[in-house]
Amino acid sequence: MINLLLLPIILPFFFAIILLFFKEKIVVQRALTLIGLALSLVSSFILMAKVKADGVQAITLGSWPAPFGITMVSDMLSVLLVTTSLVITFFVVWYSFASIGHERERHYYYPAVLFMLTGINGAFTTGDIFNMFVFFEVLLMASYVLIVLGGEKKQLRESIKYVLVNVISSALFVITIALLYAVIGTVNMADIAVKVAEVGQPGILTVIAILFLLVFGIKGAIFPLYFWLPGSYAAPPMPVLALFGALLTKVGLYAITRTYTLFFIHNLGVTHELLLILSVLTIIAGCIGALAYFDLKQIMIYNIVIAVGVILFGVAQMNDNGMTGAMYYLVHDMVIKGALFLLIGIIIAITGTSNLRKMGGLMTTHAPLGWMYLIAAFGLAGIPPLSGFAGKLLITKGAFEAGNAWGSIIMLVSSLIVLLSVIRIFVYAFWGEPKLQKSNKKMHYGTLMAPAVLLVILSVAYGVGTEWLVPYMTDASDVLLNPSTYIDAVLKE
Amino acid sequence: MEFIMAIVIGVLFMAAVYLILSRSLLRVILGTGLLSHGAHLLILTMGGLGGTSPPVLADGITDYADPLPQALILTAIVISFGVTAFIVVSFYRTYGEHGTDNMNLMKGNDEHD
Repeated sequence: MINLLLLPIILPFFFAIILLFFKEKIVVQRALTLIGLALSLVSSFILMAKVKADGVQAITLGSWPAPFGITMVSDMLSVLLVTTSLVITFFVVWYSFASIGHERERHYYYPAVLFMLTGINGAFTTGDIFNMFVFFEVLLMASYVLIVLGGEKKQLRESIKYVLVNVISSALFVITIALLYAVIGTVNMADIAVKVAEVGQPGILTVIAILFLLVFGIKGAIFPLYFWLPGSYAAPPMPVLALFGALLTKVGLYAITRTYTLFFIHNLGVTHELLLILSVLTIIAGCIGALAYFDLKQIMIYNIVIAVGVILFGVAQMNDNGMTGAMYYLVHDMVIKGALFLLIGIIIAITGTSNLRKMGGLMTTHAPLGWMYLIAAFGLAGIPPLSGFAGKLLITKGAFEAGNAWGSIIMLVSSLIVLLSVIRIFVYAFWGEPKLQKSNKKMHYGTLMAPAVLLVILSVAYGVGTEWLVPYMTDASDVLLNPSTYIDAVLKE
Repeated sequence: MEFIMAIVIGVLFMAAVYLILSRSLLRVILGTGLLSHGAHLLILTMGGLGGTSPPVLADGITDYADPLPQALILTAIVISFGVTAFIVVSFYRTYGEHGTDNMNLMKGNDEHD
């Protein structure tokens, strides 16, 4: 019993409510948002130390005995994701000060961000499958607000797709939970795991497992279900895109990882084989998209899809190396995607276009931006010692151990394509003759650069400090591979 | 009873899919409404249609109806209320901004090449 693990969920929620009272006072809003995020961050770091020292933490609300009340569980995976989400939101909010514009700030931009964070952290922490649906709705509702905020023609048009896809996938989520409840008779995740093991996962549960993959696959953008993503993500302004790209698909990934390591582990031949094939197809589809476009945003958005594939490929191996690699890559991807989106946001703000053909020669005018972008790009592709390397190495190792060498070869080739796609941005935007640049006097270059640079430095530190992070990542993957740790923490108190 | 419910839920889903696939935004909204109705009915049915057993647990009663599906439905209904309200406003704004509620006329990919 520990209340600490509720703080990273409740603090953003309270601060969001307080912010609603300061609609016109932008400075107050900014300060309160940063204070709220900093406090949540402190609490999540304390929680991480606690989880590291004492193992999985769980609390059942209202002091009901475990399978009956709503349980919140914090294992190393969820606390890592919560902390990373808070760090990224902190930097993105900082970046928003100079880029989102006063109009949006006055119309509840910051409360929406904090409400979304409440939903994200809640989804990462909850130990109850129906409660996960509720937190999904919380974060989706806030993300609907963020995607239409500003009311531009394009935003409204793209938001239709985004909202509809998510409403349908939420309905499917409810249906899946109903079916699972009919078979198993419980919604507590630890209890579900016990009951599924008792009945030995007959065919009907495998069908439900596939349904879960469908539901979370829509949110996490895996292969046949990612088509809504590139259009909708390109519509909102850059800080919102950075938040969506770094955090939202990861919630879907987390949910797949959780359900596929906790519940449905008795028929790996069907469920995980399907996950493996879909993840490889996701990588290939993402690569095609990343090469097909000459638009900065689209190239980066398709890189999200590639990363989704790589992480799920690691998870599908179901062995130590693959899982640890997936954990490494998951956190790496959140940080580096945040950094890259902020950097290309600056490029777009300087040039006034996101079309690669219309920009060039930024190296002569904005050299530091170029170098930062190059470091982040190398980190994304996984060039050692930068942050993507360790994760991909471990995933490859795991895939060879599990006998899926073909998949890891495709994954490694995809790294080259990722490198090609991001270097192409570098070549077109930074080299060549300087083209006519829209002089944007209102742009605060320094305020935009600071958070982006700090995120890049963070990702470099993450890559260089890989060795130091090993105990955390192995803790995360140990709980995933030994569900009994998780189940005991919830049910035996 | 479960058999009839299964057919009702199936019809609701069918109508919902038909409406969501149509071009008019208003029909799409109605479609999402029907979809969530179907999902809620499904939860109710999946909890077991008990018949006469009492809904609450009192001393000495061992055979009682399962209260959990009702709690789940209540939550899901409230959420779908909120989402529907948001969709109506957002789609109305889209209609105002684009001057049409026909999805076919809203196509546009002006920014990519």
